[in-house]
Amino acid sequence: MTVAENGGAAAVADFLRARREQLAQQWADLTLFRAVHTSGRDVAVHAAHRLVDALTEVARDGRVDDVTVPALDQVRAALAQMIAARSQAGATPPQVAAEVAELKRPVIAMVGRELADADRGAALIAATDLMGTLRLVGMEISLSDEGAIVARQRRQLSEVATPVLKLWDRVVAVPLIGTLDSARTQVVMETLLEAIVDQHAAVAILDITGVPLVDTVVAQHLMKTALAVRLMGARCVVSGIRPQIAQTIVQLGIDLGDITTRATLADALEWALGQVGTSIGRA
Amino acid sequence: MNAATGMRRVSVHRLGEVLLASIQQELTDSIAVALRQDLTEMAAAGTRGVIIDISQVEIVDSFLARVLAEIAAATRILAGRTVVCGMRPPVAITMVEMGLGLPGLHTARSLEDALALVEAGEVGR
Amino acid sequence: MTTAAVTTLPITSDLEIAGVRQAVREAAVAAGFSLVEQTKVVTAASELARNTLVHGGGGRLEITRLDRPHGQGIRLRFRDEGPGIADVETALSDGYTTGHGLGLGLGGARRLVQEFAIDTAPGRGTTVTVTAWPRGAWGG
Ligand SMILES: Nc1ncnc2c1ncn2[C@@H]1O[C@H](COP(=O)(O)OP(=O)(O)O)[C@@H](O)[C@H]1O
Ligand SMILES: [Mg+2]
Repeated sequence: MTVAENGGAAAVADFLRARREQLAQQWADLTLFRAVHTSGRDVAVHAAHRLVDALTEVARDGRVDDVTVPALDQVRAALAQMIAARSQAGATPPQVAAEVAELKRPVIAMVGRELADADRGAALIAATDLMGTLRLVGMEISLSDEGAIVARQRRQLSEVATPVLKLWDRVVAVPLIGTLDSARTQVVMETLLEAIVDQHAAVAILDITGVPLVDTVVAQHLMKTALAVRLMGARCVVSGIRPQIAQTIVQLGIDLGDITTRATLADALEWALGQVGTSIGRA
Repeated sequence: MNAATGMRRVSVHRLGEVLLASIQQELTDSIAVALRQDLTEMAAAGTRGVIIDISQVEIVDSFLARVLAEIAAATRILAGRTVVCGMRPPVAITMVEMGLGLPGLHTARSLEDALALVEAGEVGR
Repeated sequence: MTTAAVTTLPITSDLEIAGVRQAVREAAVAAGFSLVEQTKVVTAASELARNTLVHGGGGRLEITRLDRPHGQGIRLRFRDEGPGIADVETALSDGYTTGHGLGLGLGGARRLVQEFAIDTAPGRGTTVTVTAWPRGAWGG
């Protein structure tokens, strides 16, 4: 490493510290921060501060082009969290890499614009190296983060297995297929409740024709879902209770509370249309 | 949140013979209790129903759930139905996980649905 | 594991309970929680903060962010120097209250988080520690 490069890194460290706020403000508007921190810009700015600070430490350390320096640990931690959130939201590793790469431009532009002539050249080289290192660290994380990848795949799988059908104006239905464990129930509930909001649904039909077994645990999951639907201001009907399943329910002494049940999806739809037509005023 | 917004009461509007409370702010326990008092007093003036719009409410814990149930109980005789409308999905999921319900309250998706429910309650009695 | 900075908040009024909710929401957002996950942990915090105020006579909350390779969690520690709880199992059971509440706060909060611990004894105050992880960071 040459003296000039080292001087560049020090200049970048000083620059990042002095321009911490402006840079965080600019980063907060880029895809990576916006997509991760959807609840508010303040939070995005806060997260951006964290990354600026971590990069400042790396620049201060001097070895801006070495992906193995310990000073990068903080950068890794800050980035890992965002990348995990992005991949859980379904972004692919190349997409995430592009989003991380986007962070470079404001830094280079600001260094180029604001540093004095004497410092600029070396600082630009160091800043470019630093942001290149950031990009490599990002790629390394998104490719190796097995946990996030598994979580994403699992989520996509359960979403594929939970289509919400619009059967009629203000009537939605979820055909449930396979076993209903608690992770599955969570996804079904979230997907169904969102669909109720989007479709202005007044009735939700849970069709369990494809559920092989109803035990106390599954019954509890169905009741939870029905309760949540009711809290949302819609009504819930469970359909597809085959004679066999009805028998088990009776034998196990399972109490389905006051959940409305119907033998077939067609029966449930008929009930739903009655609800939509009479009890609730049509817009 | 600053102290000023924290102390703001929930305003209650009269829509014909229906009382409408639209919760637009972060609710402290004392604001929730003040809402219960206001609704109970105004209902005494003769109303057909109470509608509480919670579409902007980000959490319902056991305290707010209790206050809502108390509003329904206190206004039932004088004001007919109390309808809670617009609950957000994460709030519903959380309440169910906790084991919280809204006993004695009716629920509706939208304000229009809530008004229709109040009308239906009136006809049914 | 690295443990990030700790934030401490007082719990001496119902306005401060609202402040607790807001701070916990921010921590959950920063840790990458989904909207449902945020709502669960904020609701649990609201219950526990109210217990600290109402039953514990006031106290404080420490928020700690926990960093793991596959995600971040948040740990909330509610402390008071109040009367303590003689029978924790009973206090946790649904519907049990010594006040005017619904008796669903402690048990409900426990169902909303992944880790839950109470350290208490009569006359020694109460510390409730809960940890929440986003989906994926907790193998679930
Ligand atoms: N921090 C605390 N200090 C002392 N007692 C507590 C504390 N938290 C809970 N308790 C006891 O546990 C009981 C149950 O708490 P909770 O489930 O939140 O119900 P609630 O607050 O509605 O009474 C309380 O009534 C109280 O007796
Ligand atoms: Mg309580």
